[in-house]
Amino acid sequence: MVEFSVWQILGNLLLAARWTVALSLIAFAGGGTVGLALLVARLRGWPGVATAVSAYVQVFQGTPLLIQLFLAYFGLGLFGINVSPWIAAGGALTLYASAYLAEIWRGCVDAIPRGQWEAADSLALSFGEKLRHVVAPQALRIAVAPTVGFLVQVIKGTALASIIGFVELTKTGTMITNATFRPFAVYACVALMYFALCWPVSAFSKRLERKMRRDR
Amino acid sequence: MTVDAPFSIVDIRQLRKRYGDNEVLKGVDLDVRRGEVIAIIGKSGSGKSTLLRCINGLEEFQDGALHVDGQPLKHDDAKSMRELRQHVGMIFQGFNLFPHLTVGRNVMLAPTLVKKARPEANDQAARKLLARVGLAEKFDAWPDQLSGGQQQRVAIARALAMQPSVLLCDEITSALDPELVGEVLKVVESLADEGMTLLMVTHEMSFARRVSDRVVFMHAGRIHEIGPPEQIFDAPRTPELQQFLARSH
Repeated sequence: MVEFSVWQILGNLLLAARWTVALSLIAFAGGGTVGLALLVARLRGWPGVATAVSAYVQVFQGTPLLIQLFLAYFGLGLFGINVSPWIAAGGALTLYASAYLAEIWRGCVDAIPRGQWEAADSLALSFGEKLRHVVAPQALRIAVAPTVGFLVQVIKGTALASIIGFVELTKTGTMITNATFRPFAVYACVALMYFALCWPVSAFSKRLERKMRRDR
Repeated sequence: MTVDAPFSIVDIRQLRKRYGDNEVLKGVDLDVRRGEVIAIIGKSGSGKSTLLRCINGLEEFQDGALHVDGQPLKHDDAKSMRELRQHVGMIFQGFNLFPHLTVGRNVMLAPTLVKKARPEANDQAARKLLARVGLAEKFDAWPDQLSGGQQQRVAIARALAMQPSVLLCDEITSALDPELVGEVLKVVESLADEGMTLLMVTHEMSFARRVSDRVVFMHAGRIHEIGPPEQIFDAPRTPELQQFLARSH
């Protein structure tokens, strides 16, 4: 057994939290980009795309994130492709987030009355102009709360990446516990760290919503 | 392609439109001359709004042909639709102003994007149009600060900003409180006086009689009767029109 002071525990966890943050940012950026592409493809109304996107969303919403991580890490290994935990976790979280974000944002776009599209159509706006100048600004306002809510889920979801050997906050907590035999104290600190990450995000969302209501 | 130009600005030939098995337009022919004011009346479900919405491609039709200013309407050709829609303005029952833009920016949006209008000229044009509909002082107001009648007048200014050759009005006073109907109709009437080509679906019979050159009575997906207002209102020939008029008084 190794003696760790609480400060040492916190210090080590703080260093590990960098990787939780990095993984979350990858999932946000990747998931947001792919999710937006899926949404736009769907709104375009190309034949077959809506069905394909909906199937994609169903697959990722209908299976546990943990299994998706396993499949990304071990599944690709079966084909002789050596995947690092970084690639596997980043890839799986990107796909997972993209499916949810595409669906959340579709709901926000659906909430915009048909008349807005029709008015934009009758003013000869192109598809891109309609989206950019009429639909997106209105959908964005509705999207803030559910999007941030989901992003908080993603931050906490990165904990699952510890299972495939990705050393982030939770994995580090487990390692410190194995060395100190003080699971309660260590995991309490881990929980505190997650809270410290998630709470500002939620608070920022509330402020953003208020600001948007004021600015219209 | 034979077009009856230069006289006809909207030329509709044997237009058919189906929703699944339900045929809502069963072969409509209509020829609208430049500067003409056409009122379209009929029961709900007779296809009058659908006909109007076909003219700027908000509804797709399955059969027949439609020309605006000599250009054929082609749904699958985005470029030609964009071109055609610059000639056809539309005003809706529900106003459909963009709630996230001020009144002025509602009017200026399409000229900025579609016509690449210069900011100063666009700003001036928008102020002039708003003055024309009696709302010069509302340039910086938000749509939800306006009454229904004012919102509808902004919608008219917004449509006019694209300098359309034809204006489609789809029951534009039906969502208004009775005391606000007059101010909107007054604007429409002034447009008619200035020679704008208007196609309007309306329930305002006295307005239709006063302003329109021809009245179209739609029934069961067809043009059942068409003629000058005196003939349609004073000497209806078919029992369906007689019944419709009797009920709407």
